[in-house]
Order: sequence, then structure tokens, then C-alpha cells
Amino acid sequence: MQKYSIVSLARNALTGHRNWRAAWRSPPLGSEYDVVIVGAGGHGLATAYYLAKNHGISNVAVLERGWLGGGNVARNTVTIRSNYLRDESIPFYVKSVSLYEGLSRELNFNLMHSRRGMVDVIHTYPKLREIRRRMMIMDIYGSTYKPMTVAEIRRRVPALTGGGPGARLPIVAGMLHTDAAVNRHDAVAWSYARAADGLGVEIHQKAAVRSILRGENGSVCGVETVQGTVRAKKVAIAVSGHTTILTETAGLRLPLRTFNLSAFVSEPVKPVLDVVVNCPDLGVYLSQSDKGELVIGGSPDPGQSFRRDIKQNVFEDTVCALLELFPSFKRLKLLRQWGGHIDFAHDGSPIITRTGVSGLYVTAGWWGGYKAIPAGGLTFAHLIAKNEPHPLIEAFSVDRFRRLEYVAETGTTAVF
Amino acid sequence: MLVIDCPFCGPRDEREFTYCGPAAPRRPDDPEALSDSDWVDYLVVPVNQLGPVWEYWWHARGCGGWVRVRRDTVTHEISRCEELAS
Repeated sequence: MQKYSIVSLARNALTGHRNWRAAWRSPPLGSEYDVVIVGAGGHGLATAYYLAKNHGISNVAVLERGWLGGGNVARNTVTIRSNYLRDESIPFYVKSVSLYEGLSRELNFNLMHSRRGMVDVIHTYPKLREIRRRMMIMDIYGSTYKPMTVAEIRRRVPALTGGGPGARLPIVAGMLHTDAAVNRHDAVAWSYARAADGLGVEIHQKAAVRSILRGENGSVCGVETVQGTVRAKKVAIAVSGHTTILTETAGLRLPLRTFNLSAFVSEPVKPVLDVVVNCPDLGVYLSQSDKGELVIGGSPDPGQSFRRDIKQNVFEDTVCALLELFPSFKRLKLLRQWGGHIDFAHDGSPIITRTGVSGLYVTAGWWGGYKAIPAGGLTFAHLIAKNEPHPLIEAFSVDRFRRLEYVAETGTTAVF
Repeated sequence: MLVIDCPFCGPRDEREFTYCGPAAPRRPDDPEALSDSDWVDYLVVPVNQLGPVWEYWWHARGCGGWVRVRRDTVTHEISRCEELAS
């Protein structure tokens, strides 16, 4: 792996930046690997990296249908946080947030990681009770939630001038999550890809997997791709919304539903917002990127959907909620929008698991999985290498549904 | 935006409706008679496919009735709208 530094930048500047090496190789697709990971998104690439780094398994192929980092890792709002409800969830997300903070150095890639607080703006008492309950549990595990009065919210976020006493839904209180951060999504995908490649992992783009292959004894023996058959004794699925489409080719049904969650950005403006603002009651959240764009997300399209566009009424509802809080943003021009697939498990918690099919591993149900990429990759790699769950994910096996031990979660991206 | 053909009111804007989840199979009369895995499948495993699914929409800002809708998860095309028998 070519090391990036001020020296390498200066050296390449002298030659007009014509001699940078490609960040990862593009070798021809082989016929057999120790592990095949389906999906070169955040979770797939992080898993490949930790498989090679922590477990010495580098004969790995990551197969991607489209282009590297073109799925949900590029279709989110880059919010990193650990304000969850359940004893099983919070330690996992605390670990992920702390891994993110050291990742730029570990992967030798500037993730433009920017720690900033997240302010939850609350308009209803049921939500306030729910969020106070989260605060109590988060206290146990070292995540941070601090109650805020309305006056404190207004002092911290001067642009938030709506939601006053005369509003349709006046703000009643807030909560500050000091651990929250944002960073650069492309950098996360590219840095994991580059580091995994440096350790010997192969990344294959435009290698869509059509089906999972099972041998005579029922265990996994490989995958069928558009570029031919690839054999492997272990196949790991990290494809988000399309998980059920793929696992059902191996006869495995999972308690997942796929939805469309969309977001949009404004034109760049001068610094106006230095925290992430989340308003679960109105259904809008936003932050300001380093470029100055406001990154705005709303509620998911309520019905199951495999689309990647944005529905007009979902878009309008989000804009209305935004302007209710930030009336001065009504003159902002919106530049572009995107939608991604989120897969939602029956209880709102992730599924990161061995399956009834020997050799088939699944990570799914992230429902806002960007923040979970480092810990998700770390623990999934552990599971694949040792065939035993990492302590942080013992509660997230698919067996929990067989035992009816739901981990009902409320701290997910957008609850409806 | 969807146009849902309410059996009582006729074709109406999606915004008049509230989505109420996938249309569940009928609850088994005798859950004790089911195998564990069939029971869990009934409880937690929905149809999640590229193509049509059945779902409930409640005409909350209209007649107040419930509609069973057959909608495609890729194209949003609605092929059936049925009154939900009480």
C-alpha cells in the first residue's frame, strides 16, 4: 500500500500528480477463495479488512454488483452516534464510534472525521420519555445524553428559530449527544478498500452475484456470478436491501423488510450549523458538510420499496418539517437528492449471524448502518473467521427470533 | 406519489392514507399445533421481494376505511385495491 503523507503529496505535486498508483488492484476473478464477501460497501469492505488484519485470512474476494462504495455507503447522511436504547445495542455502537475516531490514522486516509454534538429536538412528551429512558441506559455504557432546555437549544443552534410557543408543535426540550460525529462517506469506503487490498484481499466490481451455491451436504460451496462460478466454503452476505433476494436463493428466509430512505443537500452556504440536529417528532435531521452544503434527511417512504429515488410527498413532508424549525432556510436551493435501501428486521435490531446453512453468514437489518461500519466489520470478520460470534454481537444472531428474544430497538435512523 | 383506488371514495392521493404494514397472513387458529419454525415464520417473516406485495392502507383523511393494496416494490404500480372485510 502506497503510504499517503505530506511527503508523498509534495513528491507527486512535482510530477503533476500523474504518478499516483491506483488505490486498489483490479485482478481477474479467480475460481476459488477461502471467503467470498458479497457487497463492496462499507460493511463488506470493513469485514474484508478485519478478516485480513485480525485473522490473517487474505484469500478473500469481495464481489460487487455495481461500483465500489456506490450503494448505501454513498446513500446516507454520514451521522455517527451511539444513542441507542438497548443494553445489547449501546456497547456495540460505542465501540463503533470509538473505532471511527482512530480510523483515519489506522487506515492512513483522511476521513475528514469531525466530532460534533447531535441535538435531539423534542416536541412531544412521549418522545421525551422514550429519550430519557435511552439516557438512563446509555449512562451505564459510557454513551452520553445530556438534557437541554429550550433556551439551551436556541443558544446552541441560533439558526433554529422555529418551534416557538405559537408553533403547531412547540419544542418542549432537547437532548445533547456529545459523541456524535460526521465524516466523508467516500473516504470510508475507499480507505477500507485500499487497506484490505494492501493486505491481499481482491475487490471485484461489476461482479454481480446471482445465487448462492450449496453442495451435496447442504453447506455453502460458492456463488454464481455474472462472470462465472466462484467457489468458497464461506460466503458472507453484506448487501443491505437485497439480502432476502440473495439468501432466498439458498432457501433461507429472513425477518427483513426493505424500505427506501432518502436525503438531499442544499447549495453550499457559509457555516450556519455546527451540530447535527435531529427532530424525530417532525421527521427531519440535518447537518452541514465541510463544503457548506446542508445535508437533510427525513422519514422513510413507509411501504416496502426497492427504489433509489425520492417520492415527491416524502420530499415535501421533509422540507415542511425543516422549514418549521429553520424558517430562514426557505430560500436555500436544493442541489441533489438520493435514496438508499434500508433493511429493517422485525425488532429493529441488526442481524449479524451464522445461518442454518453451514458456511453462510449474513450481516443485515442495519437500518442506518453507516455508523456501524467499523464495529460491524470487526465483529462480522470475527464471526466468519472463528464461526463463533464476537461478544458484542451475541444478541444479534438470527436465532433470537426462534427463541422469541426480540431486541426491540428505538434508536434507529427514523422510527415510524 | 401513489394514487390509491379507495373502494368507497375512488382514486385518491396517497397523502390521505396512512400505511399500516404488510398484509399479514391469517393468524393460525391453533398456534400450539404449529411447529416452532412455522410459528416464528408467521410472526416475523414477511414477503420481501422485487415485485408485488400485499399491504394495508388506512384512509385516515378520507372515509376512514381500510384498503388492501397489491403494490409493486420496484415500480410502485398498484394492481389491486380491495376493501378490507371486517
